[in-house]
Amino acid sequence: MSQMAELTDRRRALSIRRRKTINAVMITLTGVLTALALVPLFWIIGYVIVRGGKAINLDFFIHMPTPLGVTGGGVLSSIEGTLVLIILAAVFAIPPGVLAAFYAARYPNRPLGVALRFSTDVLSGVPSIVVGVFVYGLMVVPMGHYSGLAGGAALAVIMLPTIIRTTEEMLKLVPGTLREASLGLGAPEWKTSLSVLFPAAANGILTGFLLAIARAAGETAPLLMTALGNERFNLGQIVSGGVQNHQSIFTIIGRIINAPVDSLPLALWKYAQQPYPERVEQSWAVALVLMIFVLAINIIARVWAQERARKMRG
Amino acid sequence: MSFPALPLDEARKVSTNMTMEIMTQIKRETNGNALIKVSVKKMDVYYGKFRALADINLDVREKQITAIIGPSGCGKSTLLRSFNRMNDLTPSCRMIGEITLDGENIFAPGVDVVDIRRRVGMVFQRPNPFPKSIYDNVAYGPRLYGVRRRTDLDEVVERSLKSAALWEEVKDKLHQSGMSLSGGQQQRLCIARALAVEPEVILMDEPASALDPISTLRIEELMHDLAKEYTIIIVTHNMQQAARVSNYTAMMMIDEQRAGRMIEYDQTQVIFTRPKDKRTEDYVTGRFG
Repeated sequence: MSQMAELTDRRRALSIRRRKTINAVMITLTGVLTALALVPLFWIIGYVIVRGGKAINLDFFIHMPTPLGVTGGGVLSSIEGTLVLIILAAVFAIPPGVLAAFYAARYPNRPLGVALRFSTDVLSGVPSIVVGVFVYGLMVVPMGHYSGLAGGAALAVIMLPTIIRTTEEMLKLVPGTLREASLGLGAPEWKTSLSVLFPAAANGILTGFLLAIARAAGETAPLLMTALGNERFNLGQIVSGGVQNHQSIFTIIGRIINAPVDSLPLALWKYAQQPYPERVEQSWAVALVLMIFVLAINIIARVWAQERARKMRG
Repeated sequence: MSFPALPLDEARKVSTNMTMEIMTQIKRETNGNALIKVSVKKMDVYYGKFRALADINLDVREKQITAIIGPSGCGKSTLLRSFNRMNDLTPSCRMIGEITLDGENIFAPGVDVVDIRRRVGMVFQRPNPFPKSIYDNVAYGPRLYGVRRRTDLDEVVERSLKSAALWEEVKDKLHQSGMSLSGGQQQRLCIARALAVEPEVILMDEPASALDPISTLRIEELMHDLAKEYTIIIVTHNMQQAARVSNYTAMMMIDEQRAGRMIEYDQTQVIFTRPKDKRTEDYVTGRFG
């Protein structure tokens, strides 16, 4: 073997060893950093479970808040309030959101479609407290008081970009030939959209709704200036009182949405600021409930989407 | 395995022989006296300012299979989509001239495009069943036209699926998703869906190009059966397929301005054995395209 060949051999051996070392180092590095990125997630979840778990019990879910010093109080008002707000927000945001998304998907190049896509992006970047101020000026001031209605409207504004974007994307994913097949059978455009386009995209659209709801459920800032918070909000009392007095369903709904309502994030924020240890304990429990709630919606959305996709494939 | 390269003339002889062989397989009898079902007269199609089709003239005969062949981009699909006014869906698309269906101009003002599309059904290149059950896929068209009674729908669905040679395979799972079928079955489902509204003409845009050879064969056999009842117009890239299934063949090609023109139109037998146009001969013998 010549001296030259020996040299290349040694160099090759060296380079293989070097590549293997670099490979090992990089893999270790990515592993460590991935683990590091997961630390905050599990830290938050773990800490909330440990701290919140102590104050949580059945009473917590089914009782109204009690005055300080009285044991056994719960956050029923916040749970009910959150549900009321979410339902209102969904009612306000979903119909216009879906129709806007349909327009943007159908006519992406018309001025209105372009403007819609641009403003959706801008809206999703608006700080949520600004949304609160906006609805405050738009609804709270003219109405003269805080209300669930205003809170629902603020959350609807938060939900809109998510709903429009996911719905638009899902509609765009439906193959154009499906539309042509329906039109080719002589179906009018509206019928095609309603019975072919939307059902084909339903999966993703519904998942988008749930994710938007999960996002809105955790919002605090827009509610500070709209729903305000109301520890005495009692859905059961309003409904049973209304039924006893033979009020119409509209009156009852009006009474529910006209009053300021509580919500889980608001209760958390309020309790955590108070100088009383039992309130602080309760705020941890509220955090836990909120976290489980949002997590549950996310999981339901995913499982549901997978299940439907599986059924669709047969 | 490798073949020695043949000189061009030799290669041409071989491919001509192959074409002759295919011709002998033609089973269908061509009826030269069949009535004219669809007639295209001096039609131009524009996309914006671009002339995609120029001076198309074509008489499609009733209950015959007419194949439209030609190289990619020569406007075959545009022509096909003119027959049921699917081109209306392309905003920039404009048509000049006329197409008559049973003697009536389908572009005339006052003609209901829904009626045209019911009478002229379409099957697409890729199977595109709706994400609904097999039953609902077939019942979609009849429901559009107001058929509501369950027994009526059941009957239409069964008849259409039988005509599309799919009934035996799906009769026990009519309520499963149409997407659960194989590619070939999906395409036959799409044919059944088109048949359910009882069209007179069926347009097929390369209906077998996304299918395996066995599924392709089944679709071709199905076309033979369907041609007893329906007038079929098929666009295909596959020369053998055109030779196997069609009675008439229209050859298209683009001119210097990139507009699609009809070069030659005759009985399939003639087109494949003694074409009048040199370009047709070159194309069907595989010399170019």
